Amino acid sequence: MSSSIPVRRFDTLVIGAGGGGLRAALQLAQADAHVAVVSKVFPTRSHTVAAQGGMNAALANVLPDNWHWHMFDTIKGSDYLADQDAVEYMCRAAPRLVVELEHAGVPFSRLDNGKIYQRPFGGQSQNFGGDQAARTCAAADRTGHAILHSLYQQNIHAKTHFFDEYLALDLIYDDEGTILGAVVMEIETGETMVIEAKATLLATGGAGQIFRTNTNAHINTGDGMGMALRAGIPLQDMEFFQFHPTGIAGKGMLITEGARGEGGYLLNKDGERFMERYAPNAKDLASRDVVSRAIYTEVKEGRGCGPNADHVMLKLDHLGMDVIQKRLPGIRSTIQTFLHIDPASESIPVYPTAHYTMGGIPTNRHGQVVAPLGQTAEETVQGLYAVGECACVSVHGANRLGGNSLLDIVVFGRAAGNHIIDYLKENRYHRPMADDSIDKAMARLSRWGQKGEGESVRQLKDELKKTMEDFCGVFRTDEILAEGVDKVIALEARLQDARLQDHSKVFNTARVEALELENLMDIALATVCSAHARKESRGAHSRIDYPDRDDERWLKHSLFFKEGRKLDYKPVRMKPLTVDSFPPKARVY
Amino acid sequence: MHFSVYRYNPETDDKPYMQEYEVAVDAGMMLRDALLDIKFQDESFTFRHSCGEGVCGSDGVNINGTNGLACITPISVLKEPVEVRPFPGRPVIRDLVVDMTQFYHQYRSVKPYLTVHDPEPEEEYRQSPEEREKLDGLYECILCGCCSTACPSFWWNPDKFRGPAALLQSYRFIADSRDQATAQRLEELEGPYRLFRCHSIMNCTNVCPKGLNPTKAIGEIKKIMLKNNT
Repeated sequence: MSSSIPVRRFDTLVIGAGGGGLRAALQLAQADAHVAVVSKVFPTRSHTVAAQGGMNAALANVLPDNWHWHMFDTIKGSDYLADQDAVEYMCRAAPRLVVELEHAGVPFSRLDNGKIYQRPFGGQSQNFGGDQAARTCAAADRTGHAILHSLYQQNIHAKTHFFDEYLALDLIYDDEGTILGAVVMEIETGETMVIEAKATLLATGGAGQIFRTNTNAHINTGDGMGMALRAGIPLQDMEFFQFHPTGIAGKGMLITEGARGEGGYLLNKDGERFMERYAPNAKDLASRDVVSRAIYTEVKEGRGCGPNADHVMLKLDHLGMDVIQKRLPGIRSTIQTFLHIDPASESIPVYPTAHYTMGGIPTNRHGQVVAPLGQTAEETVQGLYAVGECACVSVHGANRLGGNSLLDIVVFGRAAGNHIIDYLKENRYHRPMADDSIDKAMARLSRWGQKGEGESVRQLKDELKKTMEDFCGVFRTDEILAEGVDKVIALEARLQDARLQDHSKVFNTARVEALELENLMDIALATVCSAHARKESRGAHSRIDYPDRDDERWLKHSLFFKEGRKLDYKPVRMKPLTVDSFPPKARVY
Repeated sequence: MHFSVYRYNPETDDKPYMQEYEVAVDAGMMLRDALLDIKFQDESFTFRHSCGEGVCGSDGVNINGTNGLACITPISVLKEPVEVRPFPGRPVIRDLVVDMTQFYHQYRSVKPYLTVHDPEPEEEYRQSPEEREKLDGLYECILCGCCSTACPSFWWNPDKFRGPAALLQSYRFIADSRDQATAQRLEELEGPYRLFRCHSIMNCTNVCPKGLNPTKAIGEIKKIMLKNNT
């Protein structure tokens, strides 16, 4: 079968055209490496476009700052689960990479002296836990849009080769486990193709679609994570899923943390500024996990707002029209569109909403995928890289700081690009193709050609998302998670009997969604199984039955393997590159 | 609520047709929600969509005769039966999905990237808040294509006329105090088609879901050209 598939050959294959993929592609294209970018949507539709608040870098344009303070905040924010070498690398690189983006055309907002505007964000401090810092570089509240479009524009300039609206089905790998490229499907025609590459980079983003109420786009189905799992690569720290404190209640649209950074704050039904009780110093700008739990607790204890007492209010109206129009025009428009109110005059109903996948494909700080495949916990998977939300490097640990995800994709997209350039020098030729691996990918597709009666993809997807919301949410217990594991396993079994009714080839989105659901199912299972196993509370993973962090037993990364749903663990890299380690301390804001 | 939706599958249909659907609606529902409901009824129905909040630009369609984004169009403002068609003037791939190749080609043709010839400083280029403000109303474009596919000049000459979206981007760089390629940008818009096919019909501005004004941007380019030529 595989002999009939057309083959295209490139030095490097980048899967995903969000900020991580495009930053890597730019580095590669500028170095004259022949690079192909495969994206299931036109690049500027990738979900980086929806990032609002900004990108952290210790530029010190507004308040004193340095990368070492940023590093401390990131590690504390991660509840000490982040790898400290990767965090140091990211925070040190940040100022230079923001400047690089600015030179590439990103229309950052400006200060009176003409420098890049920076705003305060959650979990930021000066001097290792002192006063609030202002570290988030912003283009109004459309920073992701500004960065993604500029990166795409620079890739046009660099003549990067794009395969727009192609869905990657599976990685191709030989008997030694070396990755040789991927099988992809052109959505417009339904035709498959092999893209052969000496190096393959996964930059496919997060999987917020495993939860019902989320801030994520329809396309955020974790395709790269699914492909990694099917290739025998584990997913790391999947139990840590970020719930953003301020999604529009009941709907999920994101209201940037920048709204609180600009001076907004949260109120319960008594009009109380309740964050003062939970985080006396940082208040509304505590870490996201802390604020989300506080909101959840307020509502649970009967202090929620509205007829159903099921949300809290975000107050912005005291900021004045000028600040809102200049700094937060995008969310103002979103609120007007979806709630028919103006945040310049009325408070906004908000509630925690599934937002960001902290876990992902394990990598080192060069973006190389690492897994316990041989003798050690971190052997590199030859020819495979991963960056951004689909990867776990890990700079976010158990809880990501706002403003660190745009930074993550740019820093590690660039680092992976550079490492691939070196890798290509040592690996000058394509390896022999592995036909059985291609056949396997094709079987995944042809399975959906089965006709007859069966459950619909949409039905199963809705049930999965509801199950994850009910059984793997903000607060967790052994009992709830065990039930969640059983339910997702049952759904996975039912997926085998699901059938498509539409078997046409041309732009068959029903088939695309079926393939995406397979990815979501695997990722949901990785998430709920990892959560069930971790018997402590750390960052975004809150166990009512194990309310404390347990560094003695659990200061380690989880690794979930698809085969046998096996869990393994590896140590956290506590040693930074040049500075002293930040040992775990009690985490208060 | 009653919907009449354009259907065409090149594998099975000789020609396109309108299909009727009933959708149970509730307050606050957007057109995208209704289209998702239709897809639940009939999974063969096809349209692009993603972010659901008007920032990715995927779900531009023609709604009761006017282009717009399905995800931020409340159905409460729509007249029944709601007619949903693909963008006018573009080849239809299937149902509401059109081929936007020429649109993207025109976008790339205006060299939509910051061009600076001077050596790069170690820090950011300085740009005053007033200079930065000139980019407001330009950089927010999401490339949804509502404007260009509503433009009669683009319908007639999609291969030669850049179209409102691309011209808005051209002006976004001309207006950027950091950019040093204004002369080349203007030169490349010379001739009867690329820029001057715009006759200020203003369909683009009327339909832009982000409230941008391509007609004004085009006018600004024309003004600079005129000034340079006198």
